[in-house]
Amino acid sequence: MLSFILRRLGTMALTMLCLTLIVFFLINLGPNLKKLAISQTEMHTSAEQLESWLVNHGYRQNFFVRYGQWLGVLPKQPITDPATGKPAQRFSFCNDPLVPTFSGVLQGDFGCSTKFKTTVASKLFPALGATGLLMFWVLALMVPISLLIGILAGMREGSRTDRTLSVASIASTATPEYVSGVIFTVIFASWLGWLNGSAASASQGLTFYNFTLPVMTLAIYGIGYIARMTRASMVEVMTQQYIRTARLKGLSFGSVVVKHALRNALIAPFTVIMLQFPWLLTGVVIVEVMFRYQGFGYTLVEAAGNNDIDLLLGCSLVSVFIVLITQLISDVGYAFLNPRIRVQ
Amino acid sequence: MQTEYINAFDIIVGVLWRFWPVWIALILVMGASFTYKKRLGLYGQLFDSGVGIAGVFICLFWLFTAIFASTISPFDPLAQVSVMKDTLPGAIEPTSKLIYYFGGDKLARDVFSRMVYGSQIVLIIAPAATGFALMVGITLGLPAGYYGGKIDTLLSFLANLVLAFPVILLFYLLVTPGIMDTPIPYAMAGLFFLFPIIFFSVLFWTRFKNRPDRLYILLGITLVVGGWIYVGLVFDKDPLHIVHIDPNQLNIFVAVVFASSPGVFRIVRGLTMDIKTRDYVAAAQTRGESPWYIMLWEILPNARGPLIVDACLRIGYTTILLGTLGYFGLGLAPESPDWGTAIKDASRLLRSFIHPALPPTIALMSFVLGLNLLADSLREQSMKD
Repeated sequence: MLSFILRRLGTMALTMLCLTLIVFFLINLGPNLKKLAISQTEMHTSAEQLESWLVNHGYRQNFFVRYGQWLGVLPKQPITDPATGKPAQRFSFCNDPLVPTFSGVLQGDFGCSTKFKTTVASKLFPALGATGLLMFWVLALMVPISLLIGILAGMREGSRTDRTLSVASIASTATPEYVSGVIFTVIFASWLGWLNGSAASASQGLTFYNFTLPVMTLAIYGIGYIARMTRASMVEVMTQQYIRTARLKGLSFGSVVVKHALRNALIAPFTVIMLQFPWLLTGVVIVEVMFRYQGFGYTLVEAAGNNDIDLLLGCSLVSVFIVLITQLISDVGYAFLNPRIRVQ
Repeated sequence: MQTEYINAFDIIVGVLWRFWPVWIALILVMGASFTYKKRLGLYGQLFDSGVGIAGVFICLFWLFTAIFASTISPFDPLAQVSVMKDTLPGAIEPTSKLIYYFGGDKLARDVFSRMVYGSQIVLIIAPAATGFALMVGITLGLPAGYYGGKIDTLLSFLANLVLAFPVILLFYLLVTPGIMDTPIPYAMAGLFFLFPIIFFSVLFWTRFKNRPDRLYILLGITLVVGGWIYVGLVFDKDPLHIVHIDPNQLNIFVAVVFASSPGVFRIVRGLTMDIKTRDYVAAAQTRGESPWYIMLWEILPNARGPLIVDACLRIGYTTILLGTLGYFGLGLAPESPDWGTAIKDASRLLRSFIHPALPPTIALMSFVLGLNLLADSLREQSMKD
């Protein structure tokens, strides 16, 4: 088991290295750098000035040297001030070192956000905290509801409850966040006026009024999928021999479901819930933009829209990390929950 | 000048009336399918359940809407009639006396016509991109599952690499205006669009190796048609000027194929690993068939059930992805009538007007719902066998 986890962690590190290299390459394409230079300099700058800004701020160094610097395996060089010829900070708002130092991701320095004029860490981690809060409420809503729907539907396959709930969960998987968000806003904010159509005030304080719509919108897409998987797993368990035995020895249907079926039927949904995180990540971006909630997704969109290189790299590192770690947890957890796999 | 309105009942009747070519086509197709459903195989079995009928109905409805879009929609989806700005549903356009059934949006365009034309964009890109993703996934997934070993490790690593990207980040990196100045989208298009040609060539080659009369005709057709479409799509140099795709649409297309082919790859690989242990594969190996013959003519036909179901779900998922792209304003032109862009435009103004937001959302939702119902019903039917 330990060697399995270690091997997986090794693959994970390799994947992250490859992915960050790809992201680094794509962000540093010529047109993107030009866009960055234009947004960072005054209006109406000539092409030469843009170029000299890029050279000055170290964007024209060798690609691999810059990747190494970002990673922290090569020392970051201070830039030379063109006026005085002395070493200067690349961006004054980030406290870049004045002497060459190893200061990259491996040392815990995520770089400098050109859009928000601050360090990436001071922007990214509060945003992650805000998104964590959102995720917590989404999971707290999504997991019990979807498991309940799945169990009720899978308990008696083919019954009317099953058909109704199945069609409802199919409908929910057909409703992406930007559709349900619009529909919920129309119903609950515009017509009924019960809830706030914007979560911008949620960063000051969460209330039921400003936070329900984002949570609902984000949960609805996942509910259907998890419920379908739970149903499938429940249906399979209910046809097993030991369920029939339990029924035949005279146990009531309810007690068979709760005591015998549930434990075995809930192994598969665990994996599914864990693998939902990559999807939730996309949903978070849509919902945070739609309801103006200042979290991770909002930061990602701002970073991508303004070609904020270090911030976008930080965002991708975080999101790739989340995806990979949830995959790992789901594999390890599955083996842990299912004794048959553990023995092998 | 005061805009005149028709009442809600007239709106409903009017909208239903505008769809008349769709109803006629639906009656013809559904009627024919019902009559001959015993002879139609898997498709015919769909008509045995309510869910299946609903799925087929919704999908065909949008298909015919896309085909007859120019007849159904009363206005040009891009035309702006300034007096109709932000009008409510049922407003009468003063010059032509035609009706803005679902009202006008903030740029005074007809919401109804835009919804109808939006179906065209979705119904062209989503199935085509899914088709290409299937080709890529199958062509790579079969050898990975069949041979295993190093080739499997490498391809699975690459697939997991793409799957570890959150979709939205991938799109922000791949579908930007800047990337059109670099050769990356064209290189990726060149790579992906090769797969169908390779797939069909190998398919025919393995089957008709010893029958040159059939082989040369089929290979010739594949190479000529495939090469023609390839030149038209990748280099935009179709000599007959029929196959053409806008650079930004090509970019979207490539990004969507890129995002969804690893999923197909995983499914095909899993199915292949399962099926290759069957007796008929062993029999073919004993006969001395080549590995690619076994993969394409023994394993693939037996994996078709799950693949068809997955393809249905995947078209729906691709529709959602296209909507996401539109919602973030990536790739598609800002005035494009596709549903995602329309939802983006309308959702910013929800506080003042809700009517431009509802038609595209309901359209997108119903189309994906139709595909999901279809997939669900197909899965049930194929499980019965």
